[in-house]
Amino acid sequence: MQEYFYTLADFINTQLQGNEIYLAEFIAEQSDFVRFNKAQILQPGSVEQRYLVIELIDGQRHVNEQLTLSGELNTDYERLTSSIRKLRNQLPHVPADPYLLYATTVNSTESIGTNNLLDAKDAVTEILTTTGDFVGIYASGGIFTGFANSFGQRNWHSSYTFNFDWSLYHSKDKAVKSAYAGFNWDSTEFQSKITNSINQLDILKQTPRTIKPGKYRVYLAPNALFEIFQLLMWDSFGLKSHRTKNTPLLRILEGQHLHPSITIMENIKDGTAPSFQSQGFIKPNQVSLIKQGIYDEALISPRSAKEYNMNTNGANDDEYPTSLDLAAGAFATDKILKELDTGIYINNLWYLNYSDRAACRMTGMTRFATFWVEQGEIVAPLNVMRWDETLYNILGDKLIALTAEREFIMEADTYEVRSTNSARLPGALVEDFTFTL
Amino acid sequence: MHINFQKIIPPVDFCSLRYVTEISEKLSVRQNVVESPIHTHDTGVMLTVIHQGGLGYAATSDLSEAGLRKAVAKAQMWAEHSRNHMVIDLTQITMPQTQGEYTSKVEQTWDSISINDKLDLLRQEASQCKLNTKIVDWETSLQTIQTEEIYLTNTGSEIHQQFQYLLPNIKVIANQGVETQRRTFSDSSNGQQGGWEILDKLNFSGKGKVLADEALQLLAAPNCPNECMAVMLAPDQMILQIHESIGHPLELDRILGDERNYAGTTFVSLDMFGNYQYGSELLNVTFDPTIANQFASYGFDDEGLAAEKTYIIKNGRLLTPLGGTISQVRANIAGVANARANSWNRPPIDRMANLNVEAGDSSFNDMLSSIEKGILMRTNSSWSIDDSRNKFQFGCEWGQLIENGELTQVVKNPNYRGISATFWRNLSKVGDDSTLFGVPNCGKGEPNQVMRVGHASPTCVFTDIDVFGGV
Repeated sequence: MQEYFYTLADFINTQLQGNEIYLAEFIAEQSDFVRFNKAQILQPGSVEQRYLVIELIDGQRHVNEQLTLSGELNTDYERLTSSIRKLRNQLPHVPADPYLLYATTVNSTESIGTNNLLDAKDAVTEILTTTGDFVGIYASGGIFTGFANSFGQRNWHSSYTFNFDWSLYHSKDKAVKSAYAGFNWDSTEFQSKITNSINQLDILKQTPRTIKPGKYRVYLAPNALFEIFQLLMWDSFGLKSHRTKNTPLLRILEGQHLHPSITIMENIKDGTAPSFQSQGFIKPNQVSLIKQGIYDEALISPRSAKEYNMNTNGANDDEYPTSLDLAAGAFATDKILKELDTGIYINNLWYLNYSDRAACRMTGMTRFATFWVEQGEIVAPLNVMRWDETLYNILGDKLIALTAEREFIMEADTYEVRSTNSARLPGALVEDFTFTL
Repeated sequence: MHINFQKIIPPVDFCSLRYVTEISEKLSVRQNVVESPIHTHDTGVMLTVIHQGGLGYAATSDLSEAGLRKAVAKAQMWAEHSRNHMVIDLTQITMPQTQGEYTSKVEQTWDSISINDKLDLLRQEASQCKLNTKIVDWETSLQTIQTEEIYLTNTGSEIHQQFQYLLPNIKVIANQGVETQRRTFSDSSNGQQGGWEILDKLNFSGKGKVLADEALQLLAAPNCPNECMAVMLAPDQMILQIHESIGHPLELDRILGDERNYAGTTFVSLDMFGNYQYGSELLNVTFDPTIANQFASYGFDDEGLAAEKTYIIKNGRLLTPLGGTISQVRANIAGVANARANSWNRPPIDRMANLNVEAGDSSFNDMLSSIEKGILMRTNSSWSIDDSRNKFQFGCEWGQLIENGELTQVVKNPNYRGISATFWRNLSKVGDDSTLFGVPNCGKGEPNQVMRVGHASPTCVFTDIDVFGGV
């Protein structure tokens, strides 16, 4: 795949005219997707897709197109020739873009993954040995990302991963959500995760508790906290959202603080996402976003860098963190129930959105395994509850502690392409968390 | 495509080829600066095999005979491997055998307007937005999407559908200190099928200035009060209410449990159809893919089932679920033609198409004058609902109090919450004038799919709703 992309990149070079420059991004995957419901197969299949985003630049004018590649060289030469012709014809009609910025210093890199994946058929066969009412998806295969430009820069990132994301159901909405993701399928580890799910399911079989709206002490497990960050990551950390006052973290920019134990960074070095972006800039190992509760730096795309006269730190166009890292606390996870005492143990949250964006007040639901805890003991599963709370309480005034242990979460998102994003987070113990419905 | 498909059909019970090619162009102006035009050209096929109770699919962008042959072999492999392990008894299912065509109605094609004229329109709208220094960001954009789909089966189905969409967008942001407010005419809700003529139908010209003025009004407004009152929802909020608390709960694949790991389950069960009172007697909801220009109109779904208008809820009573051919057999209940895939590389699942609340007989002024204490909410800004599609909370960009039948104070951050199973029974007035909307970003399915759906609705009034504001 890498050689194929580089051959296409060389071909694009031969098609340029005059002072034209090109940037090209390659996004491909060879994936197996198998859906399950009621411990049987629902939809099994495979997807092989290759996309190339080509940007044609002449001075400060530029136009781009994302096109599908067939994988057959001559066909793709024709598609590229046709695309370049179309972009070239449009260039004179597009005004010069004052905020165009791309890398001109050649910085070639490669990160080549090894394919140690179990054949998808074999993984499915093992998954089908699981008993109980489980539902979910097994996704696996190679993910390939590349960059090339007319200056000769070449970047490549490939990885071969699997992600089995499933829920084991008791009845109605009472279920344990689990995930097993990585690079090498280990049957022992998989069976251990299944056993854990079954054990948690036993608690869900008890009569569920319904609580009244009000303020409760809660433990947000790493996956629940990740749901909060998945909402927060849209438009919160990028320079454009800061300068246009569109960020939900507006009050942090205006001086409000989070809890001193909150340190957040984009940690490319320890993540699974590519370290280069679509204008050819290389990302630093780490970007400090919030340091000890105080705003530190923004993610700055090349476009924002030019617009606001800053230096880019290699952020993607959407200025969205790809490798989120929330620093660990000092609290031992095995003491959570005791410290929670009486309150709610939340494994998963669901469907978050803002109820007052400028104040970073968000709403959402509990989902899957959420438990009512009394005197340090899980007493019963909790029926789903709606909550509505500001970040300045959750990770600010009302934060009691973060756990010392963190979880590494590989995103299971498969919108258009399989995600390479990841996050590393602790759990959080919070008091006076507001439930509304 | 037809010839290559005929060459590679294997000896199986059922085999289909679904070809999709989609071309789009997006033009944008942000803060009066023209941004780089963005084009896409996506082409690929999905081959599906059903054989001896097994099912498999394979999607590829290699359209050559060799590429199709490789893909169909992979689909056969999955059909073989899944045999005896399928949750669906495929031996009970006969896939539709259909021939037909569908083409979007277009009066003035996108390509008939020069790029300079298109950019001039966007620049003109953008230039109207900066009313004062509190307007801190604004952008305008237009996107066209042209899609061609061919569906072929070894049983003789042959369907050709061509779609053309236009998605206009204007966004204005106003800020003062720690308060930011926005007004949008969003491409997340205003898409329609058709060409350039859609802009006139939507009164696009002049919207930028209106939105900027409204954003400034919101910036100066007090927070929405916290109390129980009547809520008058404009069509551009009704569409989210329909989508989240009628559309998704009635999807058959949710009822069958397919989405329990991701999009969620539903409070609706099969025994409710035909007798459950979903809302007040004023509530009439149709699945209608036949409306010209509505975003999710089509002739056939992606499994070849012919689409027709169907009552989903009539006089408040629940009648028909949203499920395609396979789900209907699994659940043993009649549904609609809504097995849809978002592109060539994802398999069809049960989706909404156009799901509309039918117009009633109340004029806007009649509805307004019937409210002693209430609030008008316009333009969805926030949506959240539990995985059974019951406990919801929605927020809007614009709120305006209603006192003694008159619109009074503008308020910011208007939100309301409720429970689907009881909310629709509080429907007390249905407006007499419906508006078409298109939502291009409905997320669902594993692997994930973003789908285009349509909604039409009049303004509606609901009584005794829990309303609240911001911090």
